[in-house]
Amino acid sequence: MAELGDRPHPPGDYQVVVVGSGPGGLQTSYFLHRRGINHALISADSAPAGMFQKFPFFQRLISWTKPYAPAERGTRAYERYDWNSMIGEEPEHRTLLPALMDGTSYFPSRDEMERGIALFVERTGLQVRYECRWESTRQDDNGFVLSTTDGEYRCRAAIFAMGMTRAWKPDIPGLELVPHYVETRSPKEYTNKKIVIIGKRNSGFEIADGLLPWARQILLVSPRPARISVVTRSLAGARARYLQPYEDYVLAGGTFVLDAALDHVERNDAGYRVFASGTTHPGDIVLDADEVIAATGFSTPLLDLPDLGVATFYSGRLPAQTPFWESASLPGIYFAGSVSQGSIGLKKYGKTGNSAAVHGFRYNAGVLANHLAQDRFGMTLKKRSLRPEEVVPYLLEEATTAPELYNQPSYLARVLSFNDDIIDEGILPLAHFVDSSGPDAVAITVETDDQSDTHPAVYVRRGARVDEHLLAGDQMLDFRTEEHKNQLAAVLQDVLT
Amino acid sequence: MANSDDIVDLIAGLALFADLSRPELEASAHTFDEEWFAQDQRILRQGFGGSNFYVILDGEAAVRINGEQLATLGRGDFFGEVSVLLGEVPTADVVALRPLRCLVLSGSEVQEFLTATPRVMFRMLQAEARRLRNTLQWRS
Repeated sequence: MAELGDRPHPPGDYQVVVVGSGPGGLQTSYFLHRRGINHALISADSAPAGMFQKFPFFQRLISWTKPYAPAERGTRAYERYDWNSMIGEEPEHRTLLPALMDGTSYFPSRDEMERGIALFVERTGLQVRYECRWESTRQDDNGFVLSTTDGEYRCRAAIFAMGMTRAWKPDIPGLELVPHYVETRSPKEYTNKKIVIIGKRNSGFEIADGLLPWARQILLVSPRPARISVVTRSLAGARARYLQPYEDYVLAGGTFVLDAALDHVERNDAGYRVFASGTTHPGDIVLDADEVIAATGFSTPLLDLPDLGVATFYSGRLPAQTPFWESASLPGIYFAGSVSQGSIGLKKYGKTGNSAAVHGFRYNAGVLANHLAQDRFGMTLKKRSLRPEEVVPYLLEEATTAPELYNQPSYLARVLSFNDDIIDEGILPLAHFVDSSGPDAVAITVETDDQSDTHPAVYVRRGARVDEHLLAGDQMLDFRTEEHKNQLAAVLQDVLT
Repeated sequence: MANSDDIVDLIAGLALFADLSRPELEASAHTFDEEWFAQDQRILRQGFGGSNFYVILDGEAAVRINGEQLATLGRGDFFGEVSVLLGEVPTADVVALRPLRCLVLSGSEVQEFLTATPRVMFRMLQAEARRLRNTLQWRS
């Protein structure tokens, strides 16, 4: 066994400590390193991407990576079509997943994803202190102290990227007798069995889809009707690739998708008896089943952070966060990776961005590192200036090709400020921009409204006021037309003159 | 995202949901999302499209037009329905006066929810009638 001194990031004082070696923690560490922020990256796991060693249960991710896309592989524009690769500021740091995929699907396998993340660590030279488990947290005069299995880490800011990884069940009598999604066994063990799956989100449909060839009958149960991504036009809903059980249901193939509130579950010699009350169609429902699986979701293992003052919501499963992913109630505590979905954003048309997924939170990581560098540690970041005539074409090019704006629509925005010079402030959280004061500035993002029209949304700040301007949509999502140039020039007329 | 028993118990105590059966409360709790806002955070933004419908579970919020505070809202109050129902941008900001916990339903889902739960729609109509009456009394 290695001595403590042989491993990177020993206990001690750091500007920042990052907890977690999944894609969120690694991508955050990468950008902190690029900004020159002294930090330790610690992980309870023994290797990167621990979650992908187990989940998703049926092997393939639900996020796509397109080997061939309208943009050249490896360019920034290509990232819009590749939801799984780790991003880097230098070409040699990027780990493009298509190079590791076998071509049988544009959804990478767990193994391909795990190898991609490990390759990112290798290429970037990121140092991770593995098998160092964060156990408790306290505040002191200078910031925070994280107690770990290896000793104490002191820091001015801590970033938690541990993922929503803890199995969660609602408090329903008898549900404690039911295996959670994470305890799903080999499909063969469900041969010719009647299975009740509690939950109609992706994990519920994933299990149902995987067990269709094995089960005698599958029933999915939850109080509200299933939401489907192609209807919501967002990731809030079961993804299309898991919808075979739903088609089986609507074509009367034997699968049932029931809207019912669970009352309690009993265990008996034959298996289980599930008692529920119909919601869309009222009435008592009793289901006998050989197996029941609780696909009821996950929570964040926050340990003692709520006791320290971190406010949570969603039944305590997520920490409430500011637009820069800082705890809304305990400054200095930040979140990255899938936990960053606790920063809701503007939620226009009910959509919250894609911070739960790699293709969303990988951009949050860069924005967070810039924010910490400038606003917490007083660093000056190099920013480019633009000539007035460059502004309109640049913003429309961003609205057409920027991966940050397509993968985090109406959540992240490209921001330009107008002082003596026109400065590119980079990518910022839109919620921060519209609710903060500052110099005259413009932010552009893309959004899809409730009529399914995708268009650029422009926010112009003059003094203390921010106004919203929606540009025209375009079926091919190309906003570099004369019409858009004229529209945007009119919107920006006052700040450009 | 709001799918816990404590949400069901919380909304069972609100006038808006008072007439619902337990299964209907469960379905409602699963239909709405839950959000938590820090003090001074804007929830509804004057002049911004794509807004949602909110029900306050806990906390206090201010209604402001062009910065002038016109009203305060508390537990059980709801807001955002006018812009959702009329398909127009909000005419006021709603800002958290202290930490605020809300249920939120996207504007595009409001019609389906209200028609599926007419007893909530009736309670909402009653509340709107009270607001209209109070406004008329204030003007007279």
